[in-house]
Amino acid sequence: MVSFSAVAKRYPGGEEALKNVTFSVEPGELVFITGRSGAGKSTLLKLIPAIERPSSGSVVVNGQNVGALKRSAIPYLRRNVGLVFQDQKLLYDRSVYDNVMLPLAFSSHPPREAARRVRAALDKVGLLAREKANPIQLSGGEQQRVAIARAVVNRPSILLADEPTANLDGESARRILDIFVEFNQVGVTLLIATHDLALVTQYGKRVLHVEAGRVQ
Amino acid sequence: MTAWLRQHRQAFARALGRLGPLNILVIGVALALPVGGYALLESLRAIAGRLTLEPQISVFLDAKRADRDSLGARLRSDPRVSRVRFVPREQALKELAGVQGMSELIAALGRNPLPDAFVVTARDDGMEGLAAELARLPGVAHVQADSLWARRLAGLARVGRLGLWLLAGLLGAALVAVTFNTIRLQILTQRQEIEVSKLLGATDSFIGRPFYYAGLLQGLTGGAVALLIVAASLGLLNREVGPLAQSYGSDFRLAFLSMADALAVLGFAGLLGWLGAHLSVQRHLRAVEPT
Repeated sequence: MVSFSAVAKRYPGGEEALKNVTFSVEPGELVFITGRSGAGKSTLLKLIPAIERPSSGSVVVNGQNVGALKRSAIPYLRRNVGLVFQDQKLLYDRSVYDNVMLPLAFSSHPPREAARRVRAALDKVGLLAREKANPIQLSGGEQQRVAIARAVVNRPSILLADEPTANLDGESARRILDIFVEFNQVGVTLLIATHDLALVTQYGKRVLHVEAGRVQ
Repeated sequence: MTAWLRQHRQAFARALGRLGPLNILVIGVALALPVGGYALLESLRAIAGRLTLEPQISVFLDAKRADRDSLGARLRSDPRVSRVRFVPREQALKELAGVQGMSELIAALGRNPLPDAFVVTARDDGMEGLAAELARLPGVAHVQADSLWARRLAGLARVGRLGLWLLAGLLGAALVAVTFNTIRLQILTQRQEIEVSKLLGATDSFIGRPFYYAGLLQGLTGGAVALLIVAASLGLLNREVGPLAQSYGSDFRLAFLSMADALAVLGFAGLLGWLGAHLSVQRHLRAVEPT
């Protein structure tokens, strides 16, 4: 599903974020990526939807070599890779419902089907009752759940989450991770980056540890 | 197909929502200058068009002494002459009666005061010399090289038209620049949404579409405002021009643009707006990349 081989990433200025990273994730797996901040977790995740390109080595997602992908092909890759960020990246000029609707606006679903999908996604994260609210009115944990609904509304086969629980209290964080586990149980492949080792060990899933740009 | 139409409809609606009335007014006023100038010039040209602009000499004959046929042959054999047309006095009277305000005058005269004439078209310059020579021929009463001032008028009109084209070119460039900047500001204010949309898998053309529509709409509405300004101004001017022209026995009016010209103004304004949006999208939209 996702496979890195001998991937290195250097940013302009010479900083080397990843060095010779090789691993692969099977379809339906849930993998935690741990490590201190600055270890390279975010960079690793950004290579999968081609937000960043590898300096050397290859990143293959769903059989496509992402590093060699043409610019015009990237949107179609991203529609199959759901993204959840630490800072949610919600739009505060529109309702929760419209935030979740955003990815469906540019993939061609009939309006009724799109509305049904948005409600289903909000229902899964337990926020159907708040669809008319503005995200700013929601708590941090609720906002993160809106972001998750938005990431899964297109039914991607891969879901990436970068520090999704970083700013949340323990209860909210556990709720978020429970939702991820539920998605994993219906076959979605997940990669979740977090520095919270204590939380990770409760789930007994595979862990990739990143340290100074290398995966152990 | 329906999905494609729906996306275009949504993009159009968003562009419509972002339309700024002030920008439209600026574009409208800027375009009204060359468009109004063009309308004025076209109205004046309608008058000038009735005047002959070729280098022509009218040779009026002395009815008693003239030998029409030999004079005609003499004129036709002159190498400086390209064309000779004989105008009998009856025909000259008829032509004159067709000119604005003359028919009453002729009716009052009772008899035809006009002589027979040859209308000589000279090959090119040097027609003043030719005219002087023709005046000395036997049987010629009077010679008039009357197209000189008409040629000067035509020259003046050409200068005016060229000036208008320059003005139109400059203000067209201004329209492109205004739209370029409007779209740049729109892209900046939408920056977050654009970034998020790119992360979620929106194509460049999907993201760019509302901006293209915005440019096109801004150009079109600006063009429409320009036409309205010109129509209103001509209407106001005509209130004064009407009585003035009437005092000269003319029903001259400043005319609005023809339908084709008005549509051309709209089309051109729309095109320039689209171009401004295109340049701005190419330059600014690509720069908004999620990190």
